[in-house]
Amino acid sequence: MVKARVAGAAVTAAALLLTGCGQDDDTPVLTWYINPDDGGQAALAQQCTEEADGAYQIQTSLLPNDAPDQREQLARRLAAGDSSLDIMSLDPPFIPELSEPGFLAPVPDDVAERTTADTLEGALAGAMWDDELVTVPFWANTQILWYRESVAEEAGLDMDQPVTWEEIMDVAAEQDKYLGIQGIRAESMTVWVNALMESQDEPVLVDPSADAEDLETNFDSQAGEASAEILSRIGEEGLAGPGIASMDENQAMLLFQGDNGSFMVNWPFIWPATLAAAEEGTVDADLPDDIGWALYPQVAEGTEASAPLGGINLAVGAESDYPDLAYEAIECIVTPENQAEYFVTNGNPPSSESAFDDDRVVDEFPMADTIREALDSSAPRPQTPYYNEISESVQENFTPLSGVDPETTPAQTDSYIMEVLRGERLL
Amino acid sequence: MTTTAENPANAEDRRRRDRRPARPKKSDRAKAEARLGWMLAGPAFVVMLAVTAYPIAQAIFDSLFSYRLTAPDERSFIFLDNYLLLFTDGTFWRIFGVTLLITVITVAVELVLGFGLAIVMHKALKSLRGLLRTSILVPYGIITVVSAFAWYYMFHINSGFVNQWFSWVPGIDSDLDWFANFWTAITVIMASEIWKTTPFIALLLLAGLAQVPDELVEAARVDGATRWQQYSRVIIPNMKAAIMVALLFRALDAFRIFDNVFIMTGGDANTEVLALLAYRQSISRLEIGLGSAVSVVLFISVLLMVFVAIKLFKVDLASGTDASGGGKKKKATRKEGQS
Repeated sequence: MVKARVAGAAVTAAALLLTGCGQDDDTPVLTWYINPDDGGQAALAQQCTEEADGAYQIQTSLLPNDAPDQREQLARRLAAGDSSLDIMSLDPPFIPELSEPGFLAPVPDDVAERTTADTLEGALAGAMWDDELVTVPFWANTQILWYRESVAEEAGLDMDQPVTWEEIMDVAAEQDKYLGIQGIRAESMTVWVNALMESQDEPVLVDPSADAEDLETNFDSQAGEASAEILSRIGEEGLAGPGIASMDENQAMLLFQGDNGSFMVNWPFIWPATLAAAEEGTVDADLPDDIGWALYPQVAEGTEASAPLGGINLAVGAESDYPDLAYEAIECIVTPENQAEYFVTNGNPPSSESAFDDDRVVDEFPMADTIREALDSSAPRPQTPYYNEISESVQENFTPLSGVDPETTPAQTDSYIMEVLRGERLL
Repeated sequence: MTTTAENPANAEDRRRRDRRPARPKKSDRAKAEARLGWMLAGPAFVVMLAVTAYPIAQAIFDSLFSYRLTAPDERSFIFLDNYLLLFTDGTFWRIFGVTLLITVITVAVELVLGFGLAIVMHKALKSLRGLLRTSILVPYGIITVVSAFAWYYMFHINSGFVNQWFSWVPGIDSDLDWFANFWTAITVIMASEIWKTTPFIALLLLAGLAQVPDELVEAARVDGATRWQQYSRVIIPNMKAAIMVALLFRALDAFRIFDNVFIMTGGDANTEVLALLAYRQSISRLEIGLGSAVSVVLFISVLLMVFVAIKLFKVDLASGTDASGGGKKKKATRKEGQS
């Protein structure tokens, strides 16, 4: 009798597990492939599942850490016709590559209208391909200029006015301080180079819609030379310290937090990270008081800078069994309230303009206005299905920084990219 | 003239062939045993074909196409163009050279160090032998990715301790970024590889060392051979089979090096190797055709190494590890030693 009871309980427990903790067996399960964060996307999945009231459940599946690794996994699954890709968190530069072969389900017009009503301009541009909205903007990231107020004060810089790369390089050299930049051979190098080009109103691609045979880049130009000059000077004069070749966003933050920190271009995640470090005692408790923020530095004085654009957009796989439900779930996820909550809890800025007005955002991120302004003038990275080739070629040619020659590197990069795209050389 | 010009060695060969007895007819029992053998080994053979032969054939097939995973409609047959691109590209040859450099240096160093460790393990007191062997084998038991991370963090300019501990060595200071230039980066990569796999060579050489009869060494000693002569004239020649097997196994492994480079530099500072190139083309660039071509070249290079080792250097894969093979060898060398 006891045995039978135990067996019965075991069967019930197993049934509960299999049916997803008591949900109805027929409830469609949507899988959301998320990039790693501080648990914000999983919380949103849970919240929207509850709000759906049995219409669907969202379960999350974690993608790798780096954006290129996320692209690899998603592209392979999409190419194999994996129907589990109901919702995907996509990094904007890889959207054209996945959209062009028809891997993404089209965004219904009404969903597009509702989800982009107050989307910031830069974020909206990053969600498009071929003049069509192919993904839904979720959160939008951008870089701003972080500075140590003590350093700027000593240099006599008026940080209420836009500053130029030349100015911050001069200050770092004069005060023997280090600049926080991303000198590592990685995606962040393309982010930086693209921002320098866009800040001079010179897009990297001549014609983004061209196919591989005809695609051309604009590095061999005045803008390319000026961009290379900035990289070259930082590399040659060692303005970013000895660890420049392996400096990514995190290393740049650590350098900036140290005694030699001066200026840094970086994403907003560094603010909550620095506050947490100050609270834990791993950096000086009064360090946050010495940190200021401003818009991304200009290349040429008087020309508005275009800050890098990052973030995450949501897409639905073309082979998904539930595309309608997936878009329903996406609408729930990207509401301005949820974006504001996500910003406050996870440090990732919203793509919705109204989310910036949320009281919690203003309290937690005193630099929210600067971020909003930067997002509005930000520019996406080259939008082409061949972005990966372009990005890797840029990384190959513009690293190490000390090897960048303003006279030769831009032209070499152009021909390198062309040869790679035409299948004439290895990458 | 022509009839008498035949090389005496060739004539001897022909006579030997003529004398070769006809293949004996198999008995029923032998046939049944052969059948049983196939039945036992058959499933494993089929699985091997499925997991090795099939992917290899698929890779060879794919390498003849221009095929990008995210542009499936543009797939086209280009025959050997992918190979042509590889063989005419300077980058490929540089990467090939780096792979070869790593192979030659790591295997040479591992052989010397491994031989030393094998001697230590062989000569150690019986009571210490177990402990010694275990401690020497520890690096080999560590997963390569884990050891690569350990070495990476040791030498990292921010988190590493090497720059601090060895700042008294000329050329090393707190500003040295080991992974920023070729020679320092490749040195760390090779050191990690050597640290990790020397125990493997030591183990193989220990097996070879154990097969050298003590009386041979003793006889040499009685004849007045110095320690160096004992090793160079008696022990090493008798271990040739084990040395060659160790050399071949390690060379094949070293040529396919991936983890250490992937973790430490990701191919930066010109440290890219062939396996990483194949990975980047197939996985990162999603260029299945070109990536398959690199994989096929890597596979053929490995095959060539095996061919050269077996045919030219006469490596007998069985005798280095198999006791009976070793026994046969022992008899032959004993005769040499006596004469």
